[in-house]
Amino acid sequence: MSAPLPIEAFVQSQPVPARDAPERARVPLWRTLFGDALSSVITVTVLAGVAAVAPKLLSWGVARAVWSGQGAACRGAGACWAFLRAKAPFILFGIYPPEQRWRPAAVVIAFVLLTLWTLPPARWTRRTLALWACAVVVALVLMSGGILGLAPVPTSAWGGLPVTVLLTILSLSIGFPLAVALALGRRSQMRGFRWLSIGIIEIVRGLPLVTILFIAAILLPLMLPDGVKLDNLARALAALTLFCAAYLAEVLRGGLQGIPAGQSEAGRALGLTWWQTMRLIVLPQAIGKTIPALTNTVVVVVKNTSLVLLIGLFDLLSAGRAALADPKWPAPYMETYGFVALIYFVICFSISRYALWLERRPAFGASS
Amino acid sequence: MTPTRRPATQTRPWTVGQVRNVLLQAVILGVVLAGAVWLARNTIANLDARGIASGWGFLKRPGYFPISQSVAPYSPSDPIAWAFVVGLANTLFMSVLIVVLSTILGFVLALARRSSNVLASGLGAVVVDVLRNTPVIVQLLFWYSLVTVGLPDIHRALHPLPGVFLTDRGVYLPSISITGAPWATALVALALIVGSGLALSSLFAAEPGPRWRRRTAGLVIAGAAAVIWRAAGVTASPDLPHLERMNFTAGLQVSPEFAAMALGLVLYSSVYVGEIIRGGIEAVPKGQWEAARALGLSGAQTLRLVVLPQALRIIIPPLTSQYISTVKNTTLALVVGYPDISFVAAATISETGQAVECVLILMAVFLSISLAAAWAMNVLNRRFALQTR
Repeated sequence: MSAPLPIEAFVQSQPVPARDAPERARVPLWRTLFGDALSSVITVTVLAGVAAVAPKLLSWGVARAVWSGQGAACRGAGACWAFLRAKAPFILFGIYPPEQRWRPAAVVIAFVLLTLWTLPPARWTRRTLALWACAVVVALVLMSGGILGLAPVPTSAWGGLPVTVLLTILSLSIGFPLAVALALGRRSQMRGFRWLSIGIIEIVRGLPLVTILFIAAILLPLMLPDGVKLDNLARALAALTLFCAAYLAEVLRGGLQGIPAGQSEAGRALGLTWWQTMRLIVLPQAIGKTIPALTNTVVVVVKNTSLVLLIGLFDLLSAGRAALADPKWPAPYMETYGFVALIYFVICFSISRYALWLERRPAFGASS
Repeated sequence: MTPTRRPATQTRPWTVGQVRNVLLQAVILGVVLAGAVWLARNTIANLDARGIASGWGFLKRPGYFPISQSVAPYSPSDPIAWAFVVGLANTLFMSVLIVVLSTILGFVLALARRSSNVLASGLGAVVVDVLRNTPVIVQLLFWYSLVTVGLPDIHRALHPLPGVFLTDRGVYLPSISITGAPWATALVALALIVGSGLALSSLFAAEPGPRWRRRTAGLVIAGAAAVIWRAAGVTASPDLPHLERMNFTAGLQVSPEFAAMALGLVLYSSVYVGEIIRGGIEAVPKGQWEAARALGLSGAQTLRLVVLPQALRIIIPPLTSQYISTVKNTTLALVVGYPDISFVAAATISETGQAVECVLILMAVFLSISLAAAWAMNVLNRRFALQTR
C-alpha cells in the first residue's frame, strides 16, 4: 500500500502563464499574387486595369487640372479643383447668409466635438444625454436666430452639411423613443398594441423612403387643417423620423428576443410592475446588446438624409447640385459629386468603424 | 393541464389588470382612429377647396406626359392607367435586371474578398467600404455625370470590346435579331430559361442520380427547343451597332439614364449581396472544408457541393431583405430621370393634382411587391432548410 498521491498530482495549483498565439503562417507576397494560374490571371488583370486607368486619371486629376482661378480657366482643362475651392463654403452651408456662416459652422463643429467626446462607453451617462439635448436646442436657436441679437434666418435658407447633421440627429433622437414603443408593442401580449405596431412597422418598411417623403411633402399639407402650415424641413423630418422609428424598432426587437424570458419573470417575482420590469431590467439589456447594430443603422440614416433632395430640401447633396448651376463655371459634375461623396464617406466610414470597434468589446457580446 | 369545464352560471370575473389593459388598448386605438378620421376629413375639405374631385376617374383620361423609354409600348395620349402599368413594367424590369446582375457580381465579390490573392481581397475590401459608406443617390448622380460628361461623343466613342460602344449619348451593345413567329420565339426563350435553370441546379446535386436526371432533362428541353426553332423557321443573326453619319444604328441602344441607373444600383446592391454571401460562407464551420478535402474533393467541388448548400440556409433570409430593398431603391431612378412608377406618379400628380390616389397606388404596388417577395423567399427557404425529424 503506497501513500495516497497528493492532490497536486492531479490538479494544477499554480496559475499557468498564457502561451503566445501560434505564429501566423507567412506566405511570401509573390506566392499570394502568382500562387496558381487563377491567382496569376487576377493579378495580371488588376495590374493591367490600373496601368490603363491610372495615367488617364493622373493626367485628368493632377497634370491637366486647374487648381485656382475663375470659371474661364476650367474650360477644356482636366479636373476643375478651383471650382471646389470657390464653392466649398456654398456646398457646405448652402444659401445661409454668407456673413452669418459662422453659425452653421459652429453648429457642425460643436456636434462633431460632442460626438467625439461621447465615443467612449464610459461617458454614456444621463448627464451626456442632457448635454446632447441642450446642444440640439442651442443648435436650433443658433441656426434660426431671432434672439440675442442674432439675425433671424428662416429654415428655407438653411442648407448644406448642417441640414444633413440636424436631420440625422433629430430624426434619430425623436425616432428612438418611438422605436422603443413600437418594439415593445410588437412583443406585447395585448393584441391591439401588437397589431398597431406590426402595421406601422411593416407598412413603413415595405415602402421606399422616396414614397414616404412624397407622402410627407405632398399629402401632409393636404391632411392638415386650412391655415396650419408645416415647414418643409419639418415635413422631411417627420418622414425621416417615421422611417428611423420603424427600422430601429426591428433592430431593438432582435435585442428583446435575445433576452431570456427568465429575466422579466424574475422582475415580476420581485414585485416589479410591467413598466418597471421593462425600464429597469429588460430594456437596458436589450439596448445594450444591440448598440453596435443601432450604430450601423445610424449610417443608413445619414445616407438616407440625402434623399430629401427629391422633395426640394437643401441638404449637402442639393447644395452641391445648386452650386453646379452657376453659369460662370463649366459645371464640373464629377468633382462636385466626388467631394460630396467624400464628406458622406468620412462621416459614415468613421461611424461604421466605431460600430465594429464596439462589436469587438466583450460588453457587446463579442466572444472573448 | 386538463381543461376543466366551468359551470355555465359562473363566469370568471375579469381582474383589475385585464380591465385596465382593455381600456388602455381601446383608448390608444380610439386616439389613432380619431386621428385618421381627422386627417381624412381635413384632406377632403382641402381637396374640395382646391376643386380637386377625388375618385379614380382620372385613370381613364390621357396623361399627355411623355415616358422616354419603356419595355411596353406607350404614347402620351394613352390613359393614365396604362402609364402606371408601363411605369410598373419599367420598375420590375430594372429590379429583375439589378437582382440578377448584382447576385452574380456579389458572388464574385465574395470570392474575391475570401481569395488568398492580396490584390483581389484588398480591392474587394476597398470597393465594399467606399460603396457602403456613401449614399446611393450620390453614387447614381456620379455615374450619371460620368456617363454623360465623362464619356466621349459618338465620333470618338470608346470601343473596349467588339460591338460595344460607350458614348455620352448612351451605350451601344451587340444584340441578336430574331425573326419568326412570336409564339415560337417565346417557347424557345422559355426552354432556354428552364434548361439553364436545370443545368445550374445540377451543379448543386451531390449524388450522380439527380445530377444526371437534371442534365438529361436539360438536354431534352434543349433538343425540343432546337426542333421548334427549325420547324417554325426562326432565324437569329447577330445585330452589331455601327456608326451611320450622325448616330449609331442597330444593336441594343441603352440610354445614359438607364446605363447610369443600372451601373449604380448593380454596384451598390452587389456590395451588400457580396457581404451577405461572404458571411454565409464564413459561417460554415471550417471542419466542413477539411472533411471535404479529406474526402478528396477539389476546392471548387467543396464550395459547390458542401459549403454553398449549407451557406444558402444562412444567406437566404438576409438576401430576401436585400432584394426587397433593391426593388425599393429603383425609385431613386427619379433623380436621373429614368421613368419608373414613381416618375409616373409624380408626373400624374403635377398633371392632375390627384395626389392621394397616386400615393395610394404607389403604396399598394410596393407593399404587394414586398409581401410577394417575402412569400417567395419563405417558400425557397423552406426548401433549403435543414431537414430534421
